[in-house]
Amino acid sequence: MQSTDFANPIHVAALVRQIHAKSTRPLTLMEVCGGQTHAILRYGIDQLLPPELRIVHGPGCPVCVTPAETIDRAIEIASKPGVIFCTFGDMLRVPGSQTDRNRNDLMQAKSRGADVRVIHSPLDAIRIALAESQNTTPGTPKRHVVLFAIGFETTAPATAMAIRMAKELALVSFSALVCHVLVPPALEAIFDDADHGIDGLLAAGHVCTIAGDGPYHRIAKEFKLPIAITGFEPVDLLRGILNLVEQLESKPSSHRVDNLYEHIATADGNLQAQRTVESVFAVCDQQWRGIGPIPRSGLKLQPQYASFDASTLFPPVKLACEQPSCCRAADVLRGKIRPIECPAFGTLCTPSQPLGAPMVSNEGACAAYFLYQSLSDKSLSKTPTPIEKLAPRASPIGPALLRITPRKPSPCPMVPVADSRPNSSRRFSLKTTQAPSSWPVAIALCSIGRAKTAWPSLPTRLSCNP
Amino acid sequence: MIFPGGDIGKLSVYGTVNDLAVQGAEPVALTMAWVLEEGFPIEELAKLACSVGKAAAECSIRVVAGDTKVVERGRAHGCYIATTGIGRVKPSVNLSPHAIRSGDCILISGPIGDHGMAIMSQRAGLVFDPPLYSDAAPLHRMTLELIAKVPGLRCMRDPTRGGIAASLNELANACGLCFEIQEACLPVRPQVHSACDLLGLDPWIVANEGKLIAIVPPESVEISLQILRSHSIGSLAAQIGTVQDLYRGLVIARTLYGTQRIVPMPAGELLPRIC
Repeated sequence: MQSTDFANPIHVAALVRQIHAKSTRPLTLMEVCGGQTHAILRYGIDQLLPPELRIVHGPGCPVCVTPAETIDRAIEIASKPGVIFCTFGDMLRVPGSQTDRNRNDLMQAKSRGADVRVIHSPLDAIRIALAESQNTTPGTPKRHVVLFAIGFETTAPATAMAIRMAKELALVSFSALVCHVLVPPALEAIFDDADHGIDGLLAAGHVCTIAGDGPYHRIAKEFKLPIAITGFEPVDLLRGILNLVEQLESKPSSHRVDNLYEHIATADGNLQAQRTVESVFAVCDQQWRGIGPIPRSGLKLQPQYASFDASTLFPPVKLACEQPSCCRAADVLRGKIRPIECPAFGTLCTPSQPLGAPMVSNEGACAAYFLYQSLSDKSLSKTPTPIEKLAPRASPIGPALLRITPRKPSPCPMVPVADSRPNSSRRFSLKTTQAPSSWPVAIALCSIGRAKTAWPSLPTRLSCNP
Repeated sequence: MIFPGGDIGKLSVYGTVNDLAVQGAEPVALTMAWVLEEGFPIEELAKLACSVGKAAAECSIRVVAGDTKVVERGRAHGCYIATTGIGRVKPSVNLSPHAIRSGDCILISGPIGDHGMAIMSQRAGLVFDPPLYSDAAPLHRMTLELIAKVPGLRCMRDPTRGGIAASLNELANACGLCFEIQEACLPVRPQVHSACDLLGLDPWIVANEGKLIAIVPPESVEISLQILRSHSIGSLAAQIGTVQDLYRGLVIARTLYGTQRIVPMPAGELLPRIC
């Protein structure tokens, strides 16, 4: 695999050396972008950092924080005859609030016959609606195209463009189910908690490219928090981390906003995109999955575009959504714990059977940890940890570090008490005694849990039946 | 039906030939079932049939039986082709994941992800310079030569759906050993890398239609690479990793920076991410 300048191992090594040299005390840094979460875990950036430097992940995945009620409504709208439902690919597998797993995501709706189409841009939905409105084939009714408009500040301009085009083209068979969310209000909600424990923030460069860095100056000043605006490649991320370490280690420590994504993002952002968004959307209060309501953190259509609002064209569904009690998604999204510190991670909660918001989409922090598990949490070793240190090859796992108990009736209201499926292997609840030292084993076990829960037909990797 | 670098007629033949080839078989014959949607243009059908004929001739395999069914409009998205192949395996050939031993080497015949990204880029309207083409190609000549000339050849796979992540996980699970892959050695075209970045995908899980994974003992690496590189479709062949007994049934990626991660078995359809 080739490396670009932003992934160059020599540059990476130099930055890592500087971070190690300048880091003298425990620090917790937060990033708030699914792309950054993935890059950190995919490239093992966290393994390169000093042990006292901890990276946590905020609500950086717009797919994950889309409320379950909105997913339910999307499924219901998509399932209506005469509707073409256009969505980004990663919304297909995100579960709503229904406990029936065969009916609780858009993929299932598609398999039941709903016309759900994956688009790469909101303008694709306009093209489909235009083609539908021009369809003159006799006996073929014109279908209504619904765009599932989700995302942060980055995707809102494209949605706004699509809705403006729909108005200009007088498309009557087009509407949008809007669930756009804004990053700075969510960050303020997190930092309002006096126990947030975050020392510095890596801000997502693409959000600033659109929205500018104005809101981050306010956050840095109000919460006395250094902020580094950065990108998504290893060199970007390490430059951001180094900047935060330097700010925090300086005497006295500073809390500036430094733009390290200067090759793309400017202080004002993309003014044309901002104007387009403002012309179509107004700021509103918004529910965040896993966090709750956050004032002025969402976007809704301006009154002049109300005829394109799918949420009024289609009646709402009344549902009671409940967060499973053992799921600590809210703590993950607030950066209080890392996904692997949640008791449900990898056992009761997997991408195929997610409990919490960050596991529901590939973009989420829990899903990223699940996908890119490292063999040891803080390892700079060039030699893989011998299997004996993870788990014995042919004997039951778990002498000192783990307490494995036969699975008891689940305390989670949304999790089945006993899995009655044949060959089910979800038999354990897994608890670590001392998190840092037991993570390697816990990760190894989570891997087993994953293999057995997500692909129950595969042979078991390690024998761990009680 | 048609994608950059091929069409489903050609793909249906190559896919079957490759399934036979990696099992150590010499392809002999195949049967075809065509499910056609009412209203499917005859010209397109003729093009696909010609493509099947050319691909079969190229692979020296005979289409010995076939069937067509026409279904109602809107029931088949144009056309489906299902194939079954028959091959001949020499009694001396014994390829199996159970033959894999610690210390063996993992080879790949060329850059990964070309087929999947050529199709996804076309769907997403992404254009690259140079353009991205599917790698659809028959592997049987390469595999037959490897079988004849490589001492101790353990087993082979063609990493199609699920990419190399799926094939390597299957093999690692089957042999109960650990596959450590060096990402620095993994050939990926820059266009594929860029397309994956844009769509939020990983080249490891993107489909290939003309690539070969071969597991060989260390002493046979040189001859194996020579053979692979002597074929035009294997000119960029490389050793990408080794088999170890440190972990049981895991695929481990060693990144460009010396860090490690577990490569899981991919699940479900490839879905582009929003950002």
